[in-house]
Amino acid sequence: MAKKVDHRFVMAGFGGQGIMSMGMMLTYAGMIENKNVSWLPSYGPEMRGGTANCNVIISDKAVGSPLITTNATCAVVMNQPSLAKFESSVEEGGILLINSSLVENKAERDDIDVYYVPCNEIAVELGNPRVANMIMLGAVLQLTEAVTEDSLPEAFKAVFGAGKEHLLPINKEAIKKGAEFIAKQA
Amino acid sequence: MAIVYERSKGLTNAETHYCPGCTHGIAHKLVAESLVELGVLDKAVGVAPVGCSVLAYNYFNCDMQEAAHGRAPAVATGIKRVRPDNIVFSYQGDGDLASIGTAEIVHAAHRSENITVIFINNAIYGMTGGQMAPTTLLGQKTTTSQNGRQLEGQGAPIRIAELLSQVPGAKSVERVSLHNTQNIRKAKQAILKAFKNQIDGKGFSIVECLSTCPTNWGKSPVDAMKWLEENMIPYYPLGVFRTPEEEI
Amino acid sequence: MAKVLMKGNEAIGEAAMRAGLDAFFGYPITPQSELPEYLSREMPARGKVFVQAESEVAAINMIYGAAGAGARVMTSSSSPGIALKQEGITYIAGSELPCVICSVGRSGPGLGGIQPGQADYYQATKGGGNGDYHLLVYAPANIQEMCDMIMEAFDKADYYRNPVMILADGMIGQMMEPVEFKELKKEREVPAWATTGTEGKRAPNIINSLYLNPEDLEEHNIHLTKKYDEMKEKEEQWEEYNLENAEVICIAYGTTSRIVKNAIETLKDEGINVGLIRPKTLWPFPEKAFKEYPKTAKAILVVEMSTGQMITDVRAFNEGRLPVYFYGRSGGMIPTPEAVVAELRKIIEGGK
Repeated sequence: MAKKVDHRFVMAGFGGQGIMSMGMMLTYAGMIENKNVSWLPSYGPEMRGGTANCNVIISDKAVGSPLITTNATCAVVMNQPSLAKFESSVEEGGILLINSSLVENKAERDDIDVYYVPCNEIAVELGNPRVANMIMLGAVLQLTEAVTEDSLPEAFKAVFGAGKEHLLPINKEAIKKGAEFIAKQA
Repeated sequence: MAIVYERSKGLTNAETHYCPGCTHGIAHKLVAESLVELGVLDKAVGVAPVGCSVLAYNYFNCDMQEAAHGRAPAVATGIKRVRPDNIVFSYQGDGDLASIGTAEIVHAAHRSENITVIFINNAIYGMTGGQMAPTTLLGQKTTTSQNGRQLEGQGAPIRIAELLSQVPGAKSVERVSLHNTQNIRKAKQAILKAFKNQIDGKGFSIVECLSTCPTNWGKSPVDAMKWLEENMIPYYPLGVFRTPEEEI
Repeated sequence: MAKVLMKGNEAIGEAAMRAGLDAFFGYPITPQSELPEYLSREMPARGKVFVQAESEVAAINMIYGAAGAGARVMTSSSSPGIALKQEGITYIAGSELPCVICSVGRSGPGLGGIQPGQADYYQATKGGGNGDYHLLVYAPANIQEMCDMIMEAFDKADYYRNPVMILADGMIGQMMEPVEFKELKKEREVPAWATTGTEGKRAPNIINSLYLNPEDLEEHNIHLTKKYDEMKEKEEQWEEYNLENAEVICIAYGTTSRIVKNAIETLKDEGINVGLIRPKTLWPFPEKAFKEYPKTAKAILVVEMSTGQMITDVRAFNEGRLPVYFYGRSGGMIPTPEAVVAELRKIIEGGK
């Protein structure tokens, strides 16, 4: 019997860190794999003010509420304010991924699995600081197996458009590095 | 026997409800004749306002839409955008166009909608019973300015032709008067030109027609004509304010 | 056609274009602005009309003009913007013109907030304009359903010669879900009553809602009422979910119904049966869904993102048979499944 799929992601950070597109890629890949999916952004002045977050659901079951407040299976925080805001949204036994390049604080909870990923440093090592979000996406996929690597190129094209296809190799590399970082910790 | 004059085919046979001496009938005739003379009556779609000419849809012998108060330029925009080959006009009074409908007229002009606007300025609300209009002259007595319109608190009468002449998209702006034969002939030429502009795709055209309201002014038809000439024309000068050839 | 992942607001635009939309007239307002943005790009590219009006008032009157000229037209807005459109909406209903109005609800009253809300139930179903008229109102719960309803809405608007509203909320407008668009329908004919110029072949067509003679206006109102009666007869739509053996029946529409379904699933795992009646049309309200309840049902719980509006209709059609409870959040706060579960427990355990 196939493994039960029911992922609820909260992803948060500064506007411009690629939070929304990271979430969209994950969602698109889930759709390509015939899962039920939804992507819900925060919207309004707070987006323009600098913080951005989105909720992604990838599930075997029909998606009920697209909003995730307390039962995220995985939360991704890319900046300091997001840690304070979203640590509590992870369900017991869930996963919290912290971009340790920009977040100095440690998580306070001990009933969840916390991983610290220096996304920006790894991205700089790779030669493109803009792919920090893909480093994180790689880490997310290594831990959750929410979607497979195979559906990512198509999802990338769908989210970023045909004009950005030349950036696919560097993004794939970033996803690989993020996954490797987690794999080494295990 | 040769026919030397007949009712314009641009008008239906309906008897109008306008008061004796009211110049709406003249304005209707000029619009109707212009549509016939330009050969576009069959393609015309008119938009009637709320006010004295609310029943204009019964008088013009072409397709008509009745708009909400002041919204005729928006309605005309909707029609013209989906039926660019039709000839679309709005026919509006001063309460309709210069008060409640200022946003719609200014923005239709701004977008330079390729429509023709016939604006009847008689310095008063007719249909609702002689209330003060934005075009009412200073000192003019109406049922809502019983001591005469005051500058303070009620403001100066709004000059629509001058105002719209500042809008780049208003390609043709002219003010005419309907108080005597000579001016009616000029008005006819202005209305013809405003429709010709639309046929030629020149953009937004408006003709402001100074008109009488004997009933609500409390004057005989003849005295009303005289009052218009002596009081309205000095404040609302006649003439061409914009032509399509002129760029601003 | 394959599924695409699309934002609700953009999906509305695409579905409308697939339904043969000729012209869109609108005005920006959060949380629906992606819709005019999408159409401002796509409509001209497909040879269609897009106009950003100077106001919601102007936009709805452009809709009146274009619908009267026989075009397939749509406008969209959100709560305070829909309030501004009420004048045009009653004229459109009174003049019997077809159009589709998308209302992507936020929270109120007044300028309120921009987060999702369902506090415009009265505005949509009880009218905000003057006179005896109704809109046919659809309430989608997901993006696919919303797109299907939009395709249907245009045909219903034509059939009844009446404005049809799609009442969504900010969450459905902003979220992304997979959607598959239906195939293009066959070309729509320009209606015979439209003002397209007489071409010298017929008497003038007149689009009008003015009837100065009371006898004529009453006759017009009776004619409109017959259409509304036909809508009540034919157009009621609802979903029944887990109703069999339900102890409590939840009533919720749109986004809120999804949250309620989560709550129902949670309780099901504990062996507690709760059902859902989800109105898919808000006007006509699905009266027929209330004819008979499962024998196990002891109470009704209405859940809304408002302080309680649909509950008045639920009470009316419940006719006092079951106690009716309410749980709502407003101001842009979203009910959580956990809170709905807690309300249901209170009812089931008799603590309420």
